[in-house]
Amino acid sequence: MIFELEKYKTTEVTKVSTWYRAAPVDAFPENGGACIKYKDLQIAIFNFARRKEWYACQNLCPHKMQMALSRGMIGSDADEPKVACPFHKKTFSLKSGKNLNGETCDIATYPIKIEDGYVFVGFEE
Amino acid sequence: MTRIAVIGNGMVGYKFCEKLCATSNRKDFQITVFGEETWPAYDRVHLSAYFSGSTADDLIMASKGWYQENQIELLTNELVVHIDREHKKVVSHSGVEVFYDKLILATGSAAFVPPIPGVEKTGVFVYRTLEDLDAIMTYGRKAKSAAVMGGGLLGLEAAKAVMDMGLEAHVIEFAPRLMPRQLDAAGSSILQSKLESLGISIHLSKSTQQINGEEQLTGLQFADGSALAVDMLVVSAGIKPRDELAKACGLEVAARGGVVVNEFLQTTDESIYAIGEVASYKNMIYGLVAPGYEMAAQVVNQLTEAEVKPFFGYDMSTKLKLIGVDVGSFGDPFGDAEPSKPIVFEDKVKGIYKRINIAANGKKLLGGILVGDASAYGMLLQMVQNNMALPPEPEALILGNRGGGEMVGAGVESLPDEAQLCSCENVSKGAICMAIEKDGLTQIADIKACTKAGTGCGGCLPMVNDLLKHQLKVMGKQVKNVLCEHFDYSRQELLDLVKIKKIRTFNQLIDQYGKGDGCEICKPAVASILASTWNELIVKQDTIQDTNDRFLANIQKGGSYSVVPRIPGGEITPDKLIVIGEIAKRYGLYTKITGGQRIDMFGARVDQLPDIWEELINAGFESGHAYGKSLRTVKSCVGTTWCRYGVQDAVSFAIRVEERYRGLRSPHKLKGAVSGCIRECAEAQSKDFGIIATEKGWNLYVCGNGGSKPQHAKLLVTDVDSETCLKYIDRFLMFYIRTAEPLTRTATWLNKLEGGLDYLRDVVVNDSLGIGEELENDMAFMVQTYSCEWKEVVNNPELRAKFKSFVNSDESDPSLEFQEMRGQKIPASWS
Repeated sequence: MIFELEKYKTTEVTKVSTWYRAAPVDAFPENGGACIKYKDLQIAIFNFARRKEWYACQNLCPHKMQMALSRGMIGSDADEPKVACPFHKKTFSLKSGKNLNGETCDIATYPIKIEDGYVFVGFEE
Repeated sequence: MTRIAVIGNGMVGYKFCEKLCATSNRKDFQITVFGEETWPAYDRVHLSAYFSGSTADDLIMASKGWYQENQIELLTNELVVHIDREHKKVVSHSGVEVFYDKLILATGSAAFVPPIPGVEKTGVFVYRTLEDLDAIMTYGRKAKSAAVMGGGLLGLEAAKAVMDMGLEAHVIEFAPRLMPRQLDAAGSSILQSKLESLGISIHLSKSTQQINGEEQLTGLQFADGSALAVDMLVVSAGIKPRDELAKACGLEVAARGGVVVNEFLQTTDESIYAIGEVASYKNMIYGLVAPGYEMAAQVVNQLTEAEVKPFFGYDMSTKLKLIGVDVGSFGDPFGDAEPSKPIVFEDKVKGIYKRINIAANGKKLLGGILVGDASAYGMLLQMVQNNMALPPEPEALILGNRGGGEMVGAGVESLPDEAQLCSCENVSKGAICMAIEKDGLTQIADIKACTKAGTGCGGCLPMVNDLLKHQLKVMGKQVKNVLCEHFDYSRQELLDLVKIKKIRTFNQLIDQYGKGDGCEICKPAVASILASTWNELIVKQDTIQDTNDRFLANIQKGGSYSVVPRIPGGEITPDKLIVIGEIAKRYGLYTKITGGQRIDMFGARVDQLPDIWEELINAGFESGHAYGKSLRTVKSCVGTTWCRYGVQDAVSFAIRVEERYRGLRSPHKLKGAVSGCIRECAEAQSKDFGIIATEKGWNLYVCGNGGSKPQHAKLLVTDVDSETCLKYIDRFLMFYIRTAEPLTRTATWLNKLEGGLDYLRDVVVNDSLGIGEELENDMAFMVQTYSCEWKEVVNNPELRAKFKSFVNSDESDPSLEFQEMRGQKIPASWS
């Protein structure tokens, strides 16, 4: 499972070589998340409608190696958008992927864009 | 380098080390500590917690690692047998020799055992050390009853301990009243009736003449000719200073025991100090921790050449919670040290007694007694200690201000800065205010860590808390009990807003009354409030629900879910059992009987949930709400229908109760039970509401729970009929739903509820707030609007579509991994 964790690497928007067309916008609940599968990766995508923002990160919570973050509640810590893992409520910044409890490692985040009613996630091959 | 030897590793001996290590001169000292027990110093004040689940580790003041880190040589299991004053050396029973420049005697005291014939018999114990407690617990397992000799502070603690062990408890006191050194006759009698109502038998004016039995104790024989048959005896009749070492090496010892010390805590050998319960200052032994800590502090000050405050005696005021009853005794409790007049308030119905002694000139408070409600203790003690002027109507100090408005001159803000709030650690009001201001502290925990106030007996914490609130208010900071950073409201306030403003969504509420975007704390709390108020389908706002409520199933290790259909009262037909078996087999689910008399099926993928539920619903099942902070089950025994002892039909009533409250969302989960007779096979007294059949009807118990801190439910009403019972449960549950903090079980809620069970009974049974009908109507609405949420999801394609692993693929989650155990599947283990 540690090997699993190494599959996920934060991707800068400047380094994106593939914009993957994931799903239509309405497949994602407002102010919540859903999961997509890209090759052997599971990516959590959040439609943060209150902030008119979209975020993508690994679905794998590094605390107990659970594929769970897309099912977590999102919110804000001061102005930082975050997601709380449904298993043990570890929270991570949706912007930087930083673990906000300082107890476990950070998560990888991915660039995201909306075009023609579709959600695209950026990957570096 | 000064060599310090400390004999005794009790609370005071430890405190000496802690204080010496905290000074800047620590490096000038080499410290060796002898402790005769196996453990390093532990908290003897809270010994009885050992009986209610605390372990030795919980009670330890500081681990052995702490001594190592602070370079203190701690020798446990070493009994010092000799002090060689000439060569300044101490010798232990195993031959360890340590030389000293300064010697600290902190040997404390042992239990005093009166020389009663038969006191050596098996079954007689003292209550002093963890080993004593282990011995009491082991012996207590085969005993049914126990007597405690001594009705003082420690004796009553011991009585609580034997009660917690489930034994019939008796307290034997020589004096004509309990706690004769702290309470007067009236206060004592209130305490007595409270303890008796809890099932402790109190025997006063009893002089024990003999302990009956052959080798093993069978009972006590009293001088008045009466006798008491008991299986064990715990002696707690006072303490005896451990002065034998001092005596043997020629130090002066007081006539009534204890090593004689001067106001600098020096014994008759100036390089030997005595502190704590072994020290006798002017023929007085100070058997509390606070004076012991003060002695330790003053010796440390002398050794480090800091400013020394001579020890001229110590205030022996005490406040404690005895078996759930608050007792306080402060200053001159009896008002007999100088001419005085008492003001007395007594309420035998509520079990409250308050007495304050006013100086003859009417200007000063001298002392007093509080039983049943000691909330004013801290302030009153401060008034005595600081010689503060009395308010014009001193009775307001114990009766409260009946004219409305703020009471003048009685709040923590009126205290002078030098007022000592924490007597255990000697922390002044000024020091705490400084810490709040300079270090920006906002939490009690921070104040404890920073100033140590409240870390001893904890008696000052209510006042420290008041001071914190006051100080923050003065500094213009928000001190409200708020939900989280997004709402400056408590749960109760938000519930009122939702109700009055008819708010139905999280977004409406946060837009109007909150800020930011919400979080994992406020979202589920608001979801619960909305569900408890409007009872709408929760998955309509699925993203504010915790994952279990979002997917109407319990997430398990590995990310699969479990499925629990409702089986009201635990009653199920063979046909329905077969359906569950078939479904579990078809979907390859692990099955287990739950603690709540139903069947849990584990290992379902999120996309399988609607299909599984469709089959269950077609077979007549409905959601069991095992995933919600809501009613789980109402457990039952078979009652009169089958059982030869039953007096009421427990199953029928349990089904009725479970069906009434099914789906009811609340601050935390709710569990109920109905037992058909006094044998209580359904374990109703461990539930949030428990119903036990009587010949005449039902007894209703409330606010119990199992879990990590088990608490017995408390008896709310007796012998009520079924309708009345439901009416009271309606009111009780709705009152709880309205007023509890998020994620607070009923037991914790009751513990924090001001006025406790009596107040709850007033509200629920006597309708003292006049809201009884309103609560019933609210509950009636919930009952009428109930519908099975799984049925709605199964029949709604849009909602059903949300149960998928991936939105861009119909594949199921490949990360779900299972292995096999005893013929069923289980998730692959945690990484």
